Amino acid sequence: MSEDLKSRVIKVIAKTQRIPLETVSIDSTFEELKIDSLDGINLIFALESEFNVDIPDEDARAIRSVRQMAQGIAHLMAQKSAEQGAA
Amino acid sequence: MKRVAVTGIGVVSALGANRESFWRALAAGESGIRAMESVAPGTVRFPNAAEARDYRIADHFDEKEVVLLDRFAQFAAVAAREAVIDSKIGDSKIDWTPDLRERTAIVTGSSTGGQTSEDESFRDYYERKLMRFSPFTIPKAMSNAGASRISFEHGITGPVYTVSTACSSANHAIGQAFWMVRNGAVELAIAGGSEAPFSPGMLKAWEGMRVVSPDTCRPFSLDRKGLILGEGAGMLVLEPLDRARARSANIYGEIAGFGMSSDAHHLTQPLAEGAARAMRAALRDAGAAPESIGYINAHGTGTLANDPTETEAIRAVFGTHKLMVSSTKSMHGHALGAAGALEAAATLLALSRKLIPPTANFVAPDPACDLDVVPNIARAVEIEWALSNSFAFGGLNAVLAFRR
Repeated sequence: MSEDLKSRVIKVIAKTQRIPLETVSIDSTFEELKIDSLDGINLIFALESEFNVDIPDEDARAIRSVRQMAQGIAHLMAQKSAEQGAA
Repeated sequence: MKRVAVTGIGVVSALGANRESFWRALAAGESGIRAMESVAPGTVRFPNAAEARDYRIADHFDEKEVVLLDRFAQFAAVAAREAVIDSKIGDSKIDWTPDLRERTAIVTGSSTGGQTSEDESFRDYYERKLMRFSPFTIPKAMSNAGASRISFEHGITGPVYTVSTACSSANHAIGQAFWMVRNGAVELAIAGGSEAPFSPGMLKAWEGMRVVSPDTCRPFSLDRKGLILGEGAGMLVLEPLDRARARSANIYGEIAGFGMSSDAHHLTQPLAEGAARAMRAALRDAGAAPESIGYINAHGTGTLANDPTETEAIRAVFGTHKLMVSSTKSMHGHALGAAGALEAAATLLALSRKLIPPTANFVAPDPACDLDVVPNIARAVEIEWALSNSFAFGGLNAVLAFRR
């Protein structure tokens, strides 16, 4: 997972949640950031747009921390570039 | 205060375009959930829906009329027509006199009104760049279009209005109408709800909420994945019990109580205590003890959040009292602002026909929903009292109490 991806995820979270950037770290949990279930799906919506990926509903429900979120996106992006490479 | 009888029921749903086909499917535990036809495949991630496939416009309206009627208003009118015919009001024993027309109320519920028409017009403007709007967009889209149509059709000149509280709309509407008949403000009421949410814009919005199941609706079951959207309408005719008896009307049952509450908590997360307060309020309004209730037609959406919360609320009100709880949404889908009306029809038919409709598509018990949910097979039982729950986004709860 690249530093660039981590920092983009953190920026999107701070912007979507309207909280200062420095309060979000890769180790923050959604609970610490007061991200409830509705905030969570709104965040996923913002991240899908930022990275142009589709996050499946079931995966979305399991995500409870910034690290899980960033890892999930890294995985989806790797999958996407592999698919594009194959095509 | 008067006792209030239900003497007419009309239904349009995924289980057919009339009351009897609705009941046949419920009694057989047959689900109306199928591959969605209203929009092109791939429009949204969830492929299935509970659409009113047997509904044919031409069976009910001429072409000119339809130009002015969104699908949700058509459903309202068709269900009301069936309910009024069923009640036999207008025959020799009870005529539509000008006085009765003025002393009749219509209260309908709808969450999104005529947004299929609205979506289409907006699409013409944004996508096709058409600069002129149909003059009918506004009157088709307004949420009271269904109530107004029923009023024109039957010449009803009394209090007519529409309630919009998302998924509790129909229960709020029926509850208000019930209170008006009970306290003598009106002599008669037509009440229920209607909804037609299958437009591309609306479906995309539901996709964004991530609460719609990728397969089917399995309320209270292990492996449930969410709700399935439905459409249709349910309408009831309400009148004082003594008059219904005097004119030897067919009485499905009584509406005996109505309770409302607000969670004051969260836009989308349900709160057990809020739901419990609405159930207690309905019992109090009906003068019924919790132990007298034999069946609850649950809100039972099949989402991960609703079902355990509703279970907790039912436990809080009923303790260890044994009762049956089923979600007919497993068959007719979640018809949003019409949901409570379809479920009121299901509950009244269950009481009068002595058969509890099941929770269909049930796979295995979820320990977090440890209720008797009447899995998959209807149960022949005589019940005297029942509740029907509706809980809306926004934390607004509305519960009706019925008596055979």
